[in-house]
Amino acid sequence: MSALPTRRQEAFRYADLAALEALWPLPVQEIRVAAGEQGASAVVLDGANDAAQDIAITLGDGAEYDLRLLNAGSAYGRILVKVTLGKGAKFHLGAAQIAGGEQTAEIVTEVVHAEPDAVSSQIVRSVLGGKATGTYLGRVVVARGAIGTDGEQSIRAMLLDRTATANARPELEIYADDVKCAHGCAVGELDQQSLFYLAQRGLPPADAKKLMLHAFIAEAFVGAAEEEALTEAALNALDAVL
Amino acid sequence: MLKIENLQASVADKPILKGLSLTINAGEIHAIMGPNGAGKSTLGYTLGGRPGYEVTGGTATLDGTDLFELEPHERAAAGLFLGFQYPVEIPGVSFVQFLRESANAQRKARGEAPLSGGEFLKLAKEKAGLLRMDMDMLKRPVNVGFSGGEKKRAEMVQMGILDPKIAILDETDSGLDIDALRICGEGINAIMRKPDKAVLLITHYQRLLDYVKPDFVHVLAGGRIVKSGGPELALELEEHGYEAVAA
Ligand SMILES: Nc1ncnc2c1ncn2[C@@H]1O[C@H](COP(=O)(O)OP(=O)(O)OP(=O)(O)O)[C@@H](O)[C@H]1O
Ligand SMILES: [Mg+2]
Repeated sequence: MSALPTRRQEAFRYADLAALEALWPLPVQEIRVAAGEQGASAVVLDGANDAAQDIAITLGDGAEYDLRLLNAGSAYGRILVKVTLGKGAKFHLGAAQIAGGEQTAEIVTEVVHAEPDAVSSQIVRSVLGGKATGTYLGRVVVARGAIGTDGEQSIRAMLLDRTATANARPELEIYADDVKCAHGCAVGELDQQSLFYLAQRGLPPADAKKLMLHAFIAEAFVGAAEEEALTEAALNALDAVL
Repeated sequence: MLKIENLQASVADKPILKGLSLTINAGEIHAIMGPNGAGKSTLGYTLGGRPGYEVTGGTATLDGTDLFELEPHERAAAGLFLGFQYPVEIPGVSFVQFLRESANAQRKARGEAPLSGGEFLKLAKEKAGLLRMDMDMLKRPVNVGFSGGEKKRAEMVQMGILDPKIAILDETDSGLDIDALRICGEGINAIMRKPDKAVLLITHYQRLLDYVKPDFVHVLAGGRIVKSGGPELALELEEHGYEAVAA
């Protein structure tokens, strides 16, 4: 894992390899949650410098983990998350990516349901302006025998400009029966009708956009311990790209 | 107050308004009736500045200000309110949040001091009360999950909060039950029947006009006002239909 990856590797398909080279090799942050225990954390990449994080989470039987990500502000920001769920474990990811200008933001996840009855849910909301690229690559793997798995991915991206690019690829690899996996994936623009409705009430276009984008992004942070702080950081990032 | 002269407008390159003229003075209530597809909503949207509604000729002024020189939010600040035939649902954005921002944006544009959170809530509560709408509904996302009638009632609450000079109310009566019709009618009177305000009601039926008595009634057909009269014109239309009356 120490050689610099190439674009031929799926997880690096859309990566900014030049930026990554300067950060390579990435230390893997290991998080282990023992059976029956709970944990939570938030990663905020909103500095001016390029940043890449590599996070590996292992959940014991019945363990729970709540991970929130805000990927914004760096010319290149990449967060890789690998999660392995034990029997009946629960994992929730709520992530927002906000990028403008020439920024590249990417979130890559691999969630492995190794044992039966585990639940994973992922919500990723991206707001992309200018010539920015935002990527989500998310693989959910259901191992042989991991019956009763419940895996969900809700991936949405909002393009502020036609010049921005969103790559969204939720993937399922299922080797077991009796599993419930769903993914929804949409790339869109702000609803013109709603913007006109808000404007008709007197809201200037920039404020109307911000209000709607705020609502869009907020979905990623609902229920987080640091919901307010994360939302505020996201709003500041939004200001920078609007 | 509102002066529309020879207005022509197109939607998707299709001419809809074809030389419409209408003058509404302060203190007056006008009603526009007309067949489906005549261009009634198009008139409201064009005056409001909805994207896609292209003015191809004519003028519209509000107290002397050229409306078409203004952005939609500036027209609102100038005192124009549009009650939508189909109010839009906006998930994740609450009424109180956006209305406070909107009201204050309007106030700022007019050089007035902003309303504090407390002042705004008091105002919102008063107007919700006027329309007998539970204040809790205004804490919900804009129109999401509202019934057709509740949406129309919420439009009137918004009108009360924003206190416009002129309101164009597009089929506010459709979807309202019998009691709600009366409440909305009385609400419109309480908010807008004032010497310095005016209303343009777009409707298909006399029922709303029983509560909000118009001074003038117009028939809009084929993108033009083809007939104008007093309140009796609405009754005549209801009895005989557009073809007989406005032919
Ligand atoms: N996007 C569009 N593309 C093409 N034609 C349109 C578009 N929007 C509206 N129209 C047409 O414009 C005409 C006027 O529509 P408008 O909604 O103004 O009618 P209306 O008088 O309000 O009718 P109703 O009583 O049914 O509400 C209709 O023929 C309609 O089909
Ligand atoms: Mg209509």
